[in-house]
Parts: sequence; structure tokens; C-alpha cells
Amino acid sequence: MSEAKAKRHQGTLLVADDDDDYRLQLVLQLQREGFRVLEADSAQAAEALLQRETIDLAIVDVVMENWDSGFTLCYHIKQKNPRTPVIMVTAVSSETGIDIDAATDEERSWVKADVLFAKPVRFEQLLNQIEHFLHG
Amino acid sequence: MADQAAVTGRLRVLVVDDEPGMCRGVARALERFAVPEPDLGLTVSFSVAQAASGEEALAMMAQGLPDLLLLDHKLPGISGIEVLERLPAGEHDLQTIMITAYASLETAVTAIKRGAYDFLPKPFTPDELRAVVRKAAHAVVLARQARQLAAEKRQVRFQFISVLGHELKAPLGAIEGYLRIMRDRAAGSELAAYDEAVARSLVRADQMRKLIEDLLQLTRIESGQRARTLAPTDAMAVLRAAAETVQPDAQARGISVTLAGPVTLPVLADATELEIIANNLLTNAVKYNRDGGTVTATLASAAPGLTLTVADTGIGMTAEETARLFGEFVRMRNAKTKHILGSGLGLSIVKKLAELNGGSVTVASTPDAGTTVTVALALPAAG
Repeated sequence: MSEAKAKRHQGTLLVADDDDDYRLQLVLQLQREGFRVLEADSAQAAEALLQRETIDLAIVDVVMENWDSGFTLCYHIKQKNPRTPVIMVTAVSSETGIDIDAATDEERSWVKADVLFAKPVRFEQLLNQIEHFLHG
Repeated sequence: MADQAAVTGRLRVLVVDDEPGMCRGVARALERFAVPEPDLGLTVSFSVAQAASGEEALAMMAQGLPDLLLLDHKLPGISGIEVLERLPAGEHDLQTIMITAYASLETAVTAIKRGAYDFLPKPFTPDELRAVVRKAAHAVVLARQARQLAAEKRQVRFQFISVLGHELKAPLGAIEGYLRIMRDRAAGSELAAYDEAVARSLVRADQMRKLIEDLLQLTRIESGQRARTLAPTDAMAVLRAAAETVQPDAQARGISVTLAGPVTLPVLADATELEIIANNLLTNAVKYNRDGGTVTATLASAAPGLTLTVADTGIGMTAEETARLFGEFVRMRNAKTKHILGSGLGLSIVKKLAELNGGSVTVASTPDAGTTVTVALALPAAG
């Protein structure tokens, strides 16, 4: 990744994930891309951030303090601004074999997230998705 | 079917003889016959099926093997020996008793070479039949139990290894992630931007090392390879040393550690084992405490030996969590323990050591109030 390519993005992203290492790695890479990143290690911390900050996009882990914390947080983000894109990530599939997918309209209607990725997610894939949401 | 028989202790017998009278006689002799197996806590009884030829017997056994096969050698079609040779190979507890018309030693030897368990010369009395069946039934039950134990052991070992693999992979994955970020300069050219990544990598590497150390310790204790040296030891001095070890971590979080007990408590013990127990209990009491909490460790002599009680004012556990506590790799994963690192092997180690010393470990806990762990060791007093 060249210096010229770096810092090409603008915008404020929320990263809500209770895995300290996953979150930190994501934040470091997103900051390098030029984003302003707000970090939360729980849905509760994320809700507190949302009270005083406006975000352009959120990356939300499904399982935080509760198994469905991410879904609730996602719902609140959309409640505040239905146009804020939400990317959900989850290790649920790989750890439990439970398949959570937002492939059909029916599933999207209750998941609320715009896209759902299974961990581990390649950073490039995540970045492409963010670019797609922010710039069309 | 095998499992059902293991529970009820009912063994299926197949009699293969072309004389209907013989088959009926065997069925009658075994109908009300019961073999007590007091060591296994069951009484073996028998249900008898009959076949008039080797071909019929093989067809029946293709549907499911009996536990005991009473096989006449001289049959209208294929011989008894041929039936033995055509039995399906593989894991089963089937025992065969060969019935030989002429008590011919040669036939008996051939049958046993082909896998028969015993032989019974014709004519025989019901008592002679029951004596041979009793022996064979015992062999069946023992073989079945041995196989069940081996399967359970394999299962436990398999689970242990899969969990271990997962526990080792998680920190390794995190460290790899950080290394990639550094390699790609993914946080820019400022070195300081990587400080947190380096610090987290070291924390995760440390966690991995602790896991491996605990694992080696547990394995050494379990295998009995660790040389034990029983020597006069002051248990109180061991406890004081353990308290000093956890002092830095306790101080950093404003936790006070208080010791209670006699000035000295001389026992005959393996000092290292006492150290491991005291260190594990005190470390846990600090780790799972709240900031500003207290740890109280009380050492008392008991007859025989000693009790060490470590009480904390920490996050505590529910009754369900307490019940699961002694399993290997069991760490209470919830919002309260998320940021606490542990191998999940500490209490397993303490329990193994307590048992090695003729003792026990008991735990009492209340959520959000604290946990009290008591280790009782049956040690002879020294000096």
C-alpha cells in the first residue's frame, strides 16, 4: 500500500466489536485509509457514542455483551438515520455453525443490516464495501 | 442393541444345531439362568434364538450379531468351522462356544484357532452347559466394558485436543493480524502508531505461553511423571510467598490481600505442589476480584493435614457456573470476564494436586459478591 493511496477517504465510521484485537486491527487499517474511527467494545458503549456523534457508516459485531447485541444496535442506528449503512460482521457461523445470512429480502427485513460478513473478513473486501456504500 | 444389553445385562444367544431337541434343551437350560456380575453392578440373563443350519445362522447374524454363539460343529450344510470363518470381521464382543459331537480334541483346537472362545463336548448336562456359558458371558461383559471405557477415553481426549487447538489458535491469529498490519505499514509510517499493536501482541503471546505452561504442568501431574518430594515444609511460608507473587497485580487494582493462620504450619509435603495450589488460588482471587476488593487467605491445620481457604470479593459465579468450574478449559465467559486472561486449566491443576494429596477442593460463590475456594489436604504433620 503506497503513501499516495493512503488518506484518500473521509468520513466517520463506528466500529463496535468486543474482540479487542479484531477491533484494534480494523481501526488501525481504517485510520490509515483516512477515516475518522469511533471505537466501542460493547453495544452499550456504541449507543453512548451515538448520542453525541453523527456517523457515516457502522461496522457492528453481532455477538457482544449479548448474543444479539449487534442486531439491537443496528436497529437503533437505523432508527436514528435509516440511511446510515450498517455492515455486520460475525464469528457466529464459524464458532457455532449457525448460519446467519442476509441474502433474501425476508432475512434483510429483520436483520436490518445492509450487509453481513462472516469473520474472518478480508480488509480489502470490507473496504470495497465501505467505498461502495459511501460513494455509490 | 449392544448398549441396551449393557444396561439390562441381557445377552443374546444363538444356538446353531440341526437337532431341534438340542436347541430346545439349550433354550430351557438358559431360560431362567442368571449370572451375577457384582463388580459391574448387574445380573446377566439370556435370550435364546435358534438356527438349524450354518447358512441360516449366517443369514440371521447378517441382521445383527448375538453376544454368544453356541455352534455345533457337525451341521447339514456348511460346517461349524466354516461358519466361524465367515463371521464378519471387526469390532464386536461375540464369543463362540463350539459344540463337538465326539469331544474330538482336533476339532476343538481348530475351532479355538478360528476364534472360538471355548468348546463343549456332546453329550453335556445342563449344568455343564451353564458353566461354560457363565465363563463366556463374563468374557463378553468384560470386553464390552473395556470397549466402552476406551471409547469414552478417546472422546474425552478428542474434546480436550479440539478445545486446546482452538485456545491456541485464537491468540496466534491475533498476533498474525498485528504482524501483517506492521508488515504492510497499514497504520502509516509513524512508529508510535504501532505501539498498541505491539503491546497487544505481547499480551496475547503471554497468554499463549501461560496456557502451554499450565498444559505441561497438568500433563506432568496427570501422568505421574512429576517427581514428588515429601519434605518438612512450612505451609504458611509457602502462602506468604504466593501472596508476595500476586502483590503487584493486586496493588495495581487497589486489592488488599490479607493472610490469616498460625505463625508457622509445618507439614510433610511436596513444597512445589503447595506453591502451585496457593499461587493458583491467590491469582484467581485477584484476577476475578473487583477493583478495591479484598482477598482473604486462611490457612489452618486440620486432622489430618491442612485447609487453605481463599475468599475474594469479586464477580462471583452462578450455581450453574460453579458446577461447571472444574472442567478443563472452562473459563466463565461473560461480559464480566471478557478482559480477564486465563488458561482455564488452573483449577483443574489444583484439583488434581489436591486429589494426589488425598484431599479435595470445594467452591462456594455468589454472583457479584465473591467466591470462596477451600482446599483440604491430608498431609502428615512434620516437626
